Amino acid sequence: MNKIEPKADVVIIGGGVNGCSLAYQLAKKGKKVVLVEKNYLCSGATGRCGAGIRQQWSTKENAELAIKSVKIFEGLEKELGQDIGLRQGGYLIVVHDKKDMIQSQKNVEMQKDLGLDVSILSPDEIVKIVPILDIKGMNAIGATFCPTDGHVDPFKTTHAYAKAAQKNGAKLYKFTNVTNIKTKNKKIESIITDKGEIKTNILINAAGAWSQKIAEIIGVKLPNRPFRKEILVTERVKPIFKAMVISFKDGIYFSQQDEGQILGGIPIPAEKSGYLTVPTFDFLHHMSKTLTRYAPNLKYVNVIRQWTGYYDVTPDARPIIGETDKIKGFIQCNGFSGHGFMLSPMVTKLLTDYIVKGESPDILESLNLRRFKGKKIVKEVSVVG
Amino acid sequence: MSDKTFICRCEDLTIDEIEQAIDEGYTTLEELKCRLRLGMGPCQGRGCLSLARRILCEKTDKSTSEISLPKSRPPEVPVSLGTLASDEK
Repeated sequence: MNKIEPKADVVIIGGGVNGCSLAYQLAKKGKKVVLVEKNYLCSGATGRCGAGIRQQWSTKENAELAIKSVKIFEGLEKELGQDIGLRQGGYLIVVHDKKDMIQSQKNVEMQKDLGLDVSILSPDEIVKIVPILDIKGMNAIGATFCPTDGHVDPFKTTHAYAKAAQKNGAKLYKFTNVTNIKTKNKKIESIITDKGEIKTNILINAAGAWSQKIAEIIGVKLPNRPFRKEILVTERVKPIFKAMVISFKDGIYFSQQDEGQILGGIPIPAEKSGYLTVPTFDFLHHMSKTLTRYAPNLKYVNVIRQWTGYYDVTPDARPIIGETDKIKGFIQCNGFSGHGFMLSPMVTKLLTDYIVKGESPDILESLNLRRFKGKKIVKEVSVVG
Repeated sequence: MSDKTFICRCEDLTIDEIEQAIDEGYTTLEELKCRLRLGMGPCQGRGCLSLARRILCEKTDKSTSEISLPKSRPPEVPVSLGTLASDEK
């Protein structure tokens, strides 16, 4: 086994999409980057997620982050010179009742102000976009639809970032565990791994559901908690629909992949926080029941696989991004609460600009860990899965 | 007739494609799965995973016992959404 790089400008913990994107961008700006991943790339939430990209959010901050992220995704194939599997078939968000419609109208108005192409659909328009949906079964009175929302392949994207990072000189070490972090005078000094020590003054914690444990090593308390989430995939069928269908009320999301399989998830009621990985029959039953209520014709389609992954959930369902006040050089990039993949392009760009140029715009400040200190937080309500 | 040798028939993967991915650094079955969709079709890897493991052994100079199989995911066999949605016990 190669000896680990002994010194770096930046060390990143976590080989998911955020870690690999940061490795690429920082290396491209001339930083000496080392990334360590305890398993293989995409082994955590990135490789297990639905990988939808959505710009329809209830808070302006999230909508802005997502809109800018989609712009970056649109140009990423060209930038990285590799296929990332981008498919823009839109997100169709089901509206169930009057109260729901009022919130949706508010959201659409705010999103339109930000320049997003988004509209409210009537039941007739819904079945034009996704013909297999049963309006009655879904209890729908309408929907919101944004045609530039969609899906990106999480494996292709992360591997493309990783390759581009290595091309720019970053060193990526998989199957490498962080065992300790050394600080001096409240500054990051070095990272100890099972393959050796790496001296650095900047450490990025992009360890997803394990971020809270990494921060604990140096006494930084993160409010993040891991929640098991489940997902299933069916056999391949002929192309039927392109949009991702979601409902905040039922918590369901599903879409058809390029290869033809239908993939989706739903939370099981009363799921508690913890590191649980076993898939449940409760999920299979609940998901199948809801999915066939939404699209009755799917009852003949076979489920071939189910699996689990973690949401790394914060109290306001927004990520924790930026340097901690307690320890200089300790930077958080976690707590994505189920949206880490879709927000990754913009969030990692903000962090790169902070590290390289010292820029700290309002949006980055609003995502800092210090927001949980005493102040009232604004919770993002547009969350599924 | 083509002289390609297929390893994963669900996902149309040839021996050459698997060897190339191993050369690129994807040296565990989990990584080959992520990279190539190896074993992600309806048979869930019943046919291909042990064959791919043999190729990995040869290419990385390891014994079969050193290369673990990916976690098997339920259901054991494909089951229709209609059956799974049923409340009958």
